[in-house]
Amino acid sequence: MNLTLKVWRQKNAQDQGSFATYQVRDISPDMSFLEMMDVLNEQLIAQGVESVVFDHDCREGICGMCSMFINGEAHGPDRGVTTCQLHMRKFNDGDTITIEPWRAQAFPVVRDLMVDRSAFDRIIQAGGYVSVNTMGNLPDANATPIEKHDADAAFDAATCIGCGACVATCKNASAMLFVSAKVSQFALLPQGQVEAADRVRNMVHQMDLEGFGNCTNTGACEVECPKGISIENIARMNREYLKASITA
Amino acid sequence: MASKRGLFGSSLARKYWMALTGLFLITFLVVHLLGNLAIVFGTGEDFNAYAAFMTSFPPIKIVSYLLYASIVLHAADGIALARQNRAARPVAYGTYNGAANAGWASRNMALLGIFTLLFILVHMKSFWFEMHFGTLGLDANGNKDLFTITTAAFEQVWYTAFYVIAMVALGFHLWHGFQSAFQTMGWTHPTYTPIVQFVGRAFAVVVCGAFALIPLYVLISPNV
Ligand code: HEM
Ligand code: SF4
Ligand code: FES
Repeated sequence: MNLTLKVWRQKNAQDQGSFATYQVRDISPDMSFLEMMDVLNEQLIAQGVESVVFDHDCREGICGMCSMFINGEAHGPDRGVTTCQLHMRKFNDGDTITIEPWRAQAFPVVRDLMVDRSAFDRIIQAGGYVSVNTMGNLPDANATPIEKHDADAAFDAATCIGCGACVATCKNASAMLFVSAKVSQFALLPQGQVEAADRVRNMVHQMDLEGFGNCTNTGACEVECPKGISIENIARMNREYLKASITA
Repeated sequence: MASKRGLFGSSLARKYWMALTGLFLITFLVVHLLGNLAIVFGTGEDFNAYAAFMTSFPPIKIVSYLLYASIVLHAADGIALARQNRAARPVAYGTYNGAANAGWASRNMALLGIFTLLFILVHMKSFWFEMHFGTLGLDANGNKDLFTITTAAFEQVWYTAFYVIAMVALGFHLWHGFQSAFQTMGWTHPTYTPIVQFVGRAFAVVVCGAFALIPLYVLISPNV
């Protein structure tokens, strides 16, 4: 496949940035999108041009690093996948592909396609944990009975990889899907009950401080989420926050 | 800081108020529509009697103040939230395919809301202001003759056109907003949420459609 790429180039956070247009040739449809980007970078290096900076790590859909906004959609046109799992067969020979970084006030561009997602880390630090004392005799985890339905829903919420596609795709740059997944994975389990009220209040507060937008329930996030996190989690967080605000 | 975490100020709290005031405005729409139907199915005197009742019966007067407050709160919070949303993405995407993953109404709530607000202002100037502060004649029963100025307004093509367009906008606002309010309050359930969604969409079409048909009826019908 021969493709035209419109790639966002930006030297640093201060730089204005702009699109640059490149051609790549003989791309195999079996390549992943990141492998195609590797081909582009090899080519740029050979030409003496700075290679395009993008985040990636596992290249198997579990780390969440590979943030790219491709043709107007987070992680491109495929559903339920990250950019590293997106295959070039989803595109056609001769296509022009636009590649941009995640765009959000709370995710400043570091360079080219790489953004700073540490706002998510600060939200987790504000309450996305359970306090556990690991000294002495630990009780058997299986000794606490948990309803299968709740265990499954908690597990589903916990599959969020913190990629930020929900923020990138939301017209409001809202982080509600991420935060609600992280609230839900504890809210559904007995271990999470102790700190439940403080957790949701502190995490939402941090989310607001970071400058994410507000949810208008468009549902775009759950469509683009590579892990299929449902907006049912957002409803649960809304319940948890209401409960915490009324009782506190 | 503390207040930011409570029922005022935080993003979620503001959304609760949006949802609650929105739902309250929805109940008001039903009452308002029932009154308007008097234009089609009743006499001018019936309509005037209804208007007189709505502006004088004390419990309804109290509810009407709640209503004005709800409109102000809903609009002010809606605009404030929408401004924050714009600020949350200062640099726009070069290519953004919003239609790929979300409905049109859900992506244009602020625009639809602001148009509705504009309509409410014009509407209140035309009828509410005249009813309360204007110099209306009296009908056969001694009630203020709101019917005559209402039908006179609807006889004007531009007024009816504006009215119909506004109802389409409100219809889209509620197409998404009805179920959205339940989601915001956390009132979701695997069985009931699809029902709420269906009822909301049916409500948007039927109620806003009925509102829009009344001025069209007046415009087209030779009898009124
Ligand atoms: C009769 C008039 C109106 C009714 C019945 C109504 C109803 C609703 C409902 C039920 C919602 C959903 C709330 C939620 O998502 O939680 C909503 C959202 C919204 N409304 Fe209205 N509304 C009306 C007028 C207005 C006006 C006048 C404005 C603004 C100028 C407005 C702006 C908004 C905005 C921006 C949202 C989205 C808020 C959000 O989801 O964050 N609405 N409306
Ligand atoms: S909720 Fe989905 S889209 Fe959002 S950060 Fe988690 S995995 Fe990514
Ligand atoms: S590189 Fe790890 S998810 Fe794509």
